Order: sequence, then C-alpha cells, then structure tokens
Amino acid sequence: MLVTFLIIATFTFFLMQTLPGSPFNDERLSESQKEKLYERYGLDEPAPIQYVKYMANIFKGDLGVSFQYDGRPVSDIIGERIGASAVLGAQSLIIGCMVGIILGIIAAIRHNTAIDYAAMVIAVIGLSVPNFVFAGLLQYWVGVKLQWLPVAFWEGFEYSILPTISLSVFVIATIARFMRTEMLEVLGQDYIVTAKAKGLNQFAVVMRHGLRNAAIPIITILGPMTVSLLTGTLVIEKIFSVPGLGEQFVKSIMTNDFPVIMGVTLFYSILFIGVVLIVDILYGVIDPRIRLSGGTKQ
Amino acid sequence: MEKILEVKDLQVSFDTYAGEVKAVRGVSFHLNKGEILAIVGESGSGKSVTSKSLMKLIPNPPGRITGGEIIFKGDNLVNFTEKQMQKIRGSDISMIFQDPMTSLNPTMTVGNQIIESIIKHQKQSKHQAKDKAIKLLEMVGIPNPEKRLSSYPHQFSGGMRQRVVIAMAISCNPKVLIADEPTTALDVTIQAQILELLRNLQKRMETSIIFITHDLGVVANIADRVAVMYAGKIVEIGKVEEIFYNPQHPYTWGLLGAMPNLNEDSEELITIPGSPPNLLNPPNGDAFAERNQYAMKIDYQLEPPMFKVSETHFAATWLLHEKSPKIIPPDTLRKHRQVSAIEKQKDRLAKKREKLLEVKNLKQYFSSGSNVVKAVDGINFDIYKGETFGLVGESGCGKSTTGRTIIRLYEATDGEVLYNNVNIHDKRVSGDLQKLNQNIQMIFQDPYSSLNPRQTVADIIAEGMDIHGLASSKKERLGKVYELLETVGLNREHANRYPHEFSGGQRQRIGIARALAVDPEFIIADEPISALDVSIQAQVVNLMKKLQKEKGLTYLFIAHDLSMVKYISDRIGVMYKGKIVELAESEELYQNPLHAYTKSLLSAIPLPDPDTEKIRKRIKFDESLFWNGEGEEPILREVKEGHWVSCTEQDFQSIKKQFNAV
Amino acid sequence: MSINEKEITDDLFLPADSENGTEAISRPTITYWAEVWKRFRKNKAAFIGLILISIILALAIFGPYANEHGYDEQNLTRANLPPKIPILEQVSWLGVSGTDIQGIDRYKESGITEYFWFGTDNLGRDLWTRVWEGTRISLYIAILAALIDLIIGVVYGGISAYYGGRIDNIMQRIVEILVGIPSLIVVILLILVLQPGIISITLAMVITGWVGMARIVRGQILKLKEQEYVLASRTLGAKDRRLIWKHLIPNTMGPIIITTMFTIPTAIFTEAFLSFIGLGLQPPIASLGTLINDGYKLLRIYPHMLAFSSIIISLIMISFNLIGDGLRDALDPKMRK
Repeated sequence: MLVTFLIIATFTFFLMQTLPGSPFNDERLSESQKEKLYERYGLDEPAPIQYVKYMANIFKGDLGVSFQYDGRPVSDIIGERIGASAVLGAQSLIIGCMVGIILGIIAAIRHNTAIDYAAMVIAVIGLSVPNFVFAGLLQYWVGVKLQWLPVAFWEGFEYSILPTISLSVFVIATIARFMRTEMLEVLGQDYIVTAKAKGLNQFAVVMRHGLRNAAIPIITILGPMTVSLLTGTLVIEKIFSVPGLGEQFVKSIMTNDFPVIMGVTLFYSILFIGVVLIVDILYGVIDPRIRLSGGTKQ
Repeated sequence: MEKILEVKDLQVSFDTYAGEVKAVRGVSFHLNKGEILAIVGESGSGKSVTSKSLMKLIPNPPGRITGGEIIFKGDNLVNFTEKQMQKIRGSDISMIFQDPMTSLNPTMTVGNQIIESIIKHQKQSKHQAKDKAIKLLEMVGIPNPEKRLSSYPHQFSGGMRQRVVIAMAISCNPKVLIADEPTTALDVTIQAQILELLRNLQKRMETSIIFITHDLGVVANIADRVAVMYAGKIVEIGKVEEIFYNPQHPYTWGLLGAMPNLNEDSEELITIPGSPPNLLNPPNGDAFAERNQYAMKIDYQLEPPMFKVSETHFAATWLLHEKSPKIIPPDTLRKHRQVSAIEKQKDRLAKKREKLLEVKNLKQYFSSGSNVVKAVDGINFDIYKGETFGLVGESGCGKSTTGRTIIRLYEATDGEVLYNNVNIHDKRVSGDLQKLNQNIQMIFQDPYSSLNPRQTVADIIAEGMDIHGLASSKKERLGKVYELLETVGLNREHANRYPHEFSGGQRQRIGIARALAVDPEFIIADEPISALDVSIQAQVVNLMKKLQKEKGLTYLFIAHDLSMVKYISDRIGVMYKGKIVELAESEELYQNPLHAYTKSLLSAIPLPDPDTEKIRKRIKFDESLFWNGEGEEPILREVKEGHWVSCTEQDFQSIKKQFNAV
Repeated sequence: MSINEKEITDDLFLPADSENGTEAISRPTITYWAEVWKRFRKNKAAFIGLILISIILALAIFGPYANEHGYDEQNLTRANLPPKIPILEQVSWLGVSGTDIQGIDRYKESGITEYFWFGTDNLGRDLWTRVWEGTRISLYIAILAALIDLIIGVVYGGISAYYGGRIDNIMQRIVEILVGIPSLIVVILLILVLQPGIISITLAMVITGWVGMARIVRGQILKLKEQEYVLASRTLGAKDRRLIWKHLIPNTMGPIIITTMFTIPTAIFTEAFLSFIGLGLQPPIASLGTLINDGYKLLRIYPHMLAFSSIIISLIMISFNLIGDGLRDALDPKMRK
C-alpha cells in the first residue's frame, strides 16, 4: 500500500521536474512566485534533498500552490471542491449497487426468460455506451427538449439527478452482469439444493443462502468500480458544470495548472489505495473462511 | 409390510441443445417402512436423477418429470405444486448429498443451517430449535455440540461435515431419507463410520432409507433390498441376498464380476465391454443388448418386461422367458470361491529377485509461507523387476506425491531413488534424463485432464515418439499409433479424433497407449481407475495385467481402492501421513495385517458379500496413537521375511515373540 | 405386461450376431475451432455484433472515399449544415432532411444542392468524412494498443507463471504495485509529458493496460501447469519449447482472445475520454473522441454534430462487448461436453 503510494509520489516528483511549464521551470511564473517555489522546494539544493523535502511536504498534506488561483494552496482547492464530487460519487455508487444487485438477482432467478434477456440487453448497453455519450443524451432530451430537470450547475438536489444517473448507469450495468453470473453460479451449487431440500421457499433460498455467497466476488470489482466512478466524475462534472474536483482537474489540464494536477492525482491515488484497503477488510467481514483463518484472499 | 413410498413408471427428461435426453425411462419400485433400499448403477444410469425426482428437486428447466406417479401418503407427488412440495421437503422426505464439502453453505454457521428446517417445519422458537440442534449434533457423533453450533463448515473435516448434513436431514424425523452417494467422496475409514451411523440412526428413528450408490460393497453392507439401474431403467430388483447370490440379469453378473473380492482370488475380472448407451437416442429393445454377450435377437427388438423370480425378486431380461435357452452365470460369481493363495504366492516370490527401483529415505516437503507440509516423510522401498507394487492410503497420505517425486515431476527434498542402481535424482546430463523418461512412464488419474483437448489422439499417443525421435518417418509414426490403439483395444479410425469424443474408460486407455509408445520398462500408475465406473475399471485393470504379461512391465500402482490394489499387486505398501507403515506380500498383508492402521483400513473396506458384511467388525484406528514426534521414532522393521512394519524396538520384539510362539 | 405373447416366436431367442464390444463413438468428429465457431454462430447477439463491426470496419476503411471532401477541408459558406440524405430525407422523424431544430431548411438558406449525409461542422467540414476518418483512427489506436497489450501481457504472464518460484514472486510484486495505481491517472500524466498524438496515446494506454492480460495469462498457465496432460508431457521428457508451443499456448488462446475482445472497447473508450478532457489528438486530425468533444460545444443548437460520432462509438463498444460475450460462452470449457 505504502509502496504504491511512494511510487506514485516519486513519479509525480519526476514529472514535475521534466514537464515543460512545471513549477520549476515555467517562464510564465512571476519572479515572486518563483522565489516562493524555490524557497519551498529548495531548488538550489541537490535533487535528492529536493526529493526528500517534496515527500516530507506531501506527508504534511502540503501539495504545493496553484498557478491559476495565484498561489492558493492545492490542498485548499481540493478541500473546497471535494464536497460536490463526494455527493455525486456516493449517490451513484449507492444507486448503482442497489439497482445493479436487484437487476442481477432478478435476471438470475428468471434465467433464460424475457426478463433475463431484457436485463442483459440493458446491461450491455449500459456497459458499452460511454458515459459522456449517455450524459449528452440525457442533457439534450430531459434537459433541453423536455425541460424537466436542470442541465447544469449545482444548486440543489434536482441538479444532481442527471449527473447521478449518467454516472450510475455504468455501475448498474457492471454490477448487474456480475451479480447475475455469480448468482447463477451460486444457485447451481450443492448447498442451494440442500437448502431447497429443507423445504425453504425460493425467496429464503436466494436471500439467505445465495446472496451472501454471490456477494463475495462482487467486492473484488469495487476497487475498479471506484476508479471508473472517479474518472467518470471528470467528464460528467465537466458536462454538467458541477463544481467538483473532477471539473477542477479537467480545467487544470486545460490551463496547465500543474501543481493542481499533481495534487489531485496524489489525492486520487490515496483514495484508491484506501478503497483497496476497505475491500480487503470487507472480505473478512463477509467471508468467514477468511475471517477465521486470518488470511487474505489471493 | 407397509409401503411408505411407491413409484410407478417414473419418467424424467432433460432438454439439451442436442435434444431430449431421457434420463429416467419408466422406473417403478416401492419402499417398505423401516427398510434400506439401495439403488445401484454406474454414472449416467439415472439413479441420482430418480432420487432427486422423488423430492422434485430436478432443476427445471432443463429437467422435467414427463410421466409416472410418486405415491406418498396416498398423494401423487408428481401433481403437487411447489408450495405443497416445500411442506414435504425436509420434514417428511429429506435428503443427504454426495459431497459434504459443497453441500453446506460456507458463509452460514452449521447451527443456523440445522435450525432453519426445524423452525420452518416444526414451528419452534429459535431457542427450542437450538436445543434440538445440539441434541442432533450429539446424536450424529459430533463432540462439543454446544460449541460447534457456531462453527462454519470449513472448520470441520469431510467426515464431520457429512455428519452435520445427516443431522440436518434427520432434524424433523423424516419418514423417508434419501441418501445420494453419501460416502462416495469420503475415505474408506470415514465411509465405514458414516455407514454405521446411518444404520444406527435408521434403527433408532425407524425411517426408511433410499440409498443411492455405485459401490456394491456399500450395498452389501447397508441394504435390505437392492435395485440395479441401467440406462434409466431398473433392470433387477430384489432382496440383497437374492441380488448378490442369485443374480439374474447379465448386467448384474457383469457388475458383480467386475469387482475383485478381497476374500477371493481370480485370474481375470469379468468386464462388460463397451460403454452405456446415449440416452439422447435410446436403442430399441433392451438397452443393455449391445454390451450383453448373451444377447438374443429379441433383445434388439423388444424391451424385456420385469420377470418374476420370486415374490421379492424381479429382473428385466429375456433370459428369464420360458423360451430362452438356459444360461449359466459366469463362475466367478459363485459364493466364496477359495483359491489356493499360498501356491500363487510362491509363484510370485519366484519371479522377483532383481531390484529395479530402490527408494531410499525419500522426502518431499512443500512449503507455503511459514508452514511446511511433509507430504512424503522419509520412505524406503524396493520394487523388483516384473512385479506390481501397490501403494495404498487415504487421501492426503502422500502416495501420489511419492509417485510424482520418483519420476521427478517434483524435485525431492531429500533422499535417493535408484533405478537399475543409478541414482536418478542426481543432477545429471540431459541425455540420461531423456533415457530415463523413456524407461519410466506414468499413467494419470483423471481421464479428462490427462489428454490435451487441442490435440488429436494420434498426436497425443505419438508425443513420446516425437520427443525421443523413435519414429523415422510419418508412416512409421502412424503405423506405431495404429498398433498401440489396437493394443489398448481401440480402433485405427480413432487416431484423428479429439479426446472429448471419447468416454472416460476410452480416454484412460489412450493415456496408457501414450505411456507405452516409448516402450517403457516401468510404469507408475497414479490412481488410474479411481475416476472410472466399476465395469470400466475392470477393462482397464485387465488391460494393464495383459500388458504386463506381454511386455514384462513393472508397475507402481497407486490407489485408494484396496480391493483393486490387492487384486493387481504382488506386494503392497500402506502409507499414512507421509510414511509407509506396513509393507508385505499382498496376500500376507490381507491375511495377517500387523499395524493398527492397516487393520482398520482393511476392516473398513465393504465387501460385495452381504453375509460377510453382516458379521464383520470394524476396527477403529486411534490417530493419537500415531507417532507424534516424541519418544522413539518407529521405523520400518522386517518382522518376517518380506513383511515390514513401522514399529519401535519394543513393539518389534513383542511381534517377533508372537511369531516365534506360533 | 402389455407384450403379446404370441408375437414372441422361438427364433427370437437365438443368439444375436452383433459385434460385441466394438468401441463405438457417439460424438461426431469436429475440431475445436469449428465447434467454437458453431457455438458462436448460434449466439444471435454475438453474431449481430460481428456483422455490425464488419460494417463499421468497412465504412471506416472505404467511407472517407465516398465523396470528394477531405477530412480537413474547410469551407465556411457551408458551415453547420444539418445532415441530409437522399430518399431518407422524406422520413421526417429521422432528422436527415437538412432542416435544423428550428425547422429551417439550411440547405435552401445557404443555396447548397449537395447532400452532406452527416451534415457539416462549424468550419464547414464534411462530417461523413470526418466521422469515418475518426472511426478509423480510433479503431487503429484501440487495436494497436490491444495488440501491444497482448504481446507484453502474454510474454510477461507466461514467463512469470511458467518459471514460477522467485521470478514469479518478483514479477508478481511489480504487477501488484501497478494494479494499485489508478491507471487512467497514469495515462493522463504520461500524456501531459509526451504531448498528445497517436503514438503517445497508444503508449500511455499500453503502459498500464498490459497488466490485465498478464494476470489472466499467468492464471491460465498456472492452472494448465497442473493439468495432467502437461505432467504427462513432462514425464515423456518434453522440453520447454514443446510444452509451451504444443500444450500451454493452444490452451491459453481462448482467454487471450476473450481478453483482447474486451480490451479493444476499453481502449476506444479511453481514447475518447482523453480527447474529452482535452488530452486528445490535435486538430485537424479527428478521432471519435475529439468529434464528440467538439459536438458537445454546440449540442443545443446543432445536436447532429454529437449524434453520429456518439452513435458510432456506442455501436462499436456494444459490438465488441457482444462479440466478447459470445466468444466467452463459445470458448468456455464448462459448456463443452
């Protein structure tokens, strides 16, 4: 975990050094800004010492200052922008998981029926149509043509509906497909027949014996899921002009605001590492075989 | 006698891509109150499907009951709705499944899994149900039931899990208990315990049991009546004595003859040629006719009805028709046929003097992380030219690892293997290794994974020839392949086919042909028959014996099926926890076992002989008596010429004294 | 007993002269790939995907030559024209009659008689040409990236699994670290350094993309190594080369193909995503991503600029996913009886 983070941090450090227009060698910087940076990172010192200082600063939560916002600390910018992104991400994840799991279970129980096929068609489309295309469709039809919901900005719950839907489509599709496969697999297991042989009804069999076992592999995709949500926020926030971290990130790329890009990158990495950690812990909670043997799943 | 369950003309079909597979084609039988009815048959005979149909647990789609009646308590279960069936399942009729490793929910405590059906059917409170569950666990012989209630299945061993499954099945005092191969996945000693438990429970609770199995020994041990199934039909049904001592159907003859009997000795096993028919298009007439050496014209035209042999004994074969010629069943079926074992033994002793393989202090440890598994822990034995050395033991004892280490699939942790007096585990030049790979060959267990699915049979068989450059031209190569195919009883036309087109037994013979292609002297057969049906096992074993005679091969035969090992081996080593505990001539080992483990193992094998089974006593082996690393380490000592036992100095002296006294 | 006793004549009880004990084979001979193809064809969705991809591929190759306009040919007199397709223009709801969302016929307004099938963009470039040109570039990047992924992944995963032991350990540590890094972020950073271009985008995707393939190949080979036919080959004295070429590779083809089929749509998406956040190809070169990005700017007035590129990228993604699904089912050994 820590190793991964260190590697990413090192990677960003070297990028800072080599990038055209990075804080260390950008012609656009004013003298005072340069001085500030020199002081901060001790650019007159040899590279290894610079590196150590840079790392030390990161661990203190100091990610440098933005050019665009005239010296505002990057950590402040992240703090200000994270709220909207977090709301958007959480809403999409929760809705996506819930709808996805239900859809997946229904498809599995009604295997090879019209319901199953319909659910899988929806899933393939949800998986395939890029979220920015889907967002455009929603924005045009629901926002511009039908005028039901606002198409941009962030001024209340109704503003979050379209971006949330656009973001959660992919989650729904992925989880529904996964859930269906896993559930079908589990429903074919011997212990399901055992449960049926006890005289339990189908609902009890699926909920008590199927769900938990089918859910274990789902946890594995939570990591990649977060990443796709994260990158999703970049485009969705841009499309719907949501003042979140993703929108800031894209804006910074357009304006070459490198300290912000690097800072947000590091922040995203930490987030991702955190999710991986949580997934590991969740495994133990949900699967007694891992909890009781104390090992982790390969 | 009161009939508790009656099945009339039951028919079950599965819809597959290729069409309708008629898995059960008109099965009729009844179950008396308080009896154990065994249904025997090979894989694909429809016995499991029949048993699952009784509870309507056939997955639908693709399966469906297409006809017949299942009469239970005056109702026809075939017409019951799913709701009505749920009331019956688990309370009136319950079921025990084959594999205890997969039939329990891994994420639920065993307590909750037992309680579930008690709450559902007996309307008890959670607390009452819990008390009942503790009692049940105690009844099936699980120590510390209160504590074990909150354990998860993976914390139990296979045998204990099966006990839990049994506890679940009997939790609501079912009238009928269906046990679907409940001991097939277990080791023999565990199997013996579970069979005993089932018998005791049956007496105590007065339930009736339908016991599905493929093992005639188990049938002889547990059943009151037997139904023999073949190709989706019952071909013979009767009391256990009637079936074993007066079988009428040629298929039953074949099944009984294909099994070697521990107490008997015969030159060749009876085989049933060919393999079961494809139930996608069942043949006209008697489905067994193709494989029946007594087949008559009528067998190909009309299905035989059930002929009555006695009040309780029926068989479906035209041989029982009054116009049929009288056929005498094969010899080997006569009861308790004694062969002079001593003479045979002398014969065997005479032919082996020259050591081919010597294994010295062989060790194979596997380490995963911090814990080391001592799979093979310092074993010693010799194999003489031309003999068959059997290596037996239960799962996890290290017998397969021994075989694989000898042929260097694993690099040995320690020890030597001398082949013709050369240590083949030396780091040596590759030329010698090549030669070695030609001399020593291996036959594998799983007929499905031992052949590359992407290669034709010809390429599979010729692989060794290609590696060692044994065929100089394409024509010679093909010629050799044809020859080998015929040697193992297959046809030339099979050369261009792919493995998945063959049945298990046929695949196993292709594997043998592959090993023979390089003209080896010594073959390690790693459980070559354990994945096969009884009648197919006999085909493979007969083939191996024939090849040994013709080519002077030496075998290391690894297996867990002791009766087969005894049948094929000259000498046998018994393995337990990575060590050889006893080694002797096979006859001597079976007549006069000395080590406690060997005794328990031998006593646990069910024999296909109901009279003997009824009076046999099982000997239990106390694991805690096995050397645990403290005190004097027992080592293999020769107590009598050719008979070695793992024992301490003290034990050795006392055994010696015994022998001298005799 | 329903059998009429009279029909049972004595001669029926003579021994049958059938050949006893012949080894009959009930299954027809069919090679592995023929069987896979047979099963794949039965899967309607996958087959439709295959047809769609073939059509799109053909159009991407030949589409730009259907008219004389080049992809970078600007002409402001014909800017922002909505799509107009002969014959289909009669069907009003299709929106290809040359009228914009206000219902004004732009072609009449600008006095243009030519038909622009997909309309034109704000610089008057023919969108038909640009869309297929863009599809071509997107597919090119995606397939190139998938191929490089495949090569690196197979070699890496194969070596790691085949040699095992310490080599495997070290190689796996590296993979674990790479997996721990959110790949899109690495891609973004790399493109910042390399400057956007076809090669740099491909490379950036490959840098993290091969890991998935490597893991799958490793898993498969580890599984195969324990298969008894591989052990059998070893006991026969087979050398590495034989084991790899005769046993391991043929039996790893299935998962490799399936993974590649899923890598391609991912790569197409990544490329479009990068374009969308401003890291795409530089004009005048177009890819589907840059076209979508451009289309967004004028979404409310000229939705057609977004529509065609969006539809095509969606169709490509759907088709590849369907084909991938179909192949997975067709190659799945569990289905094989």
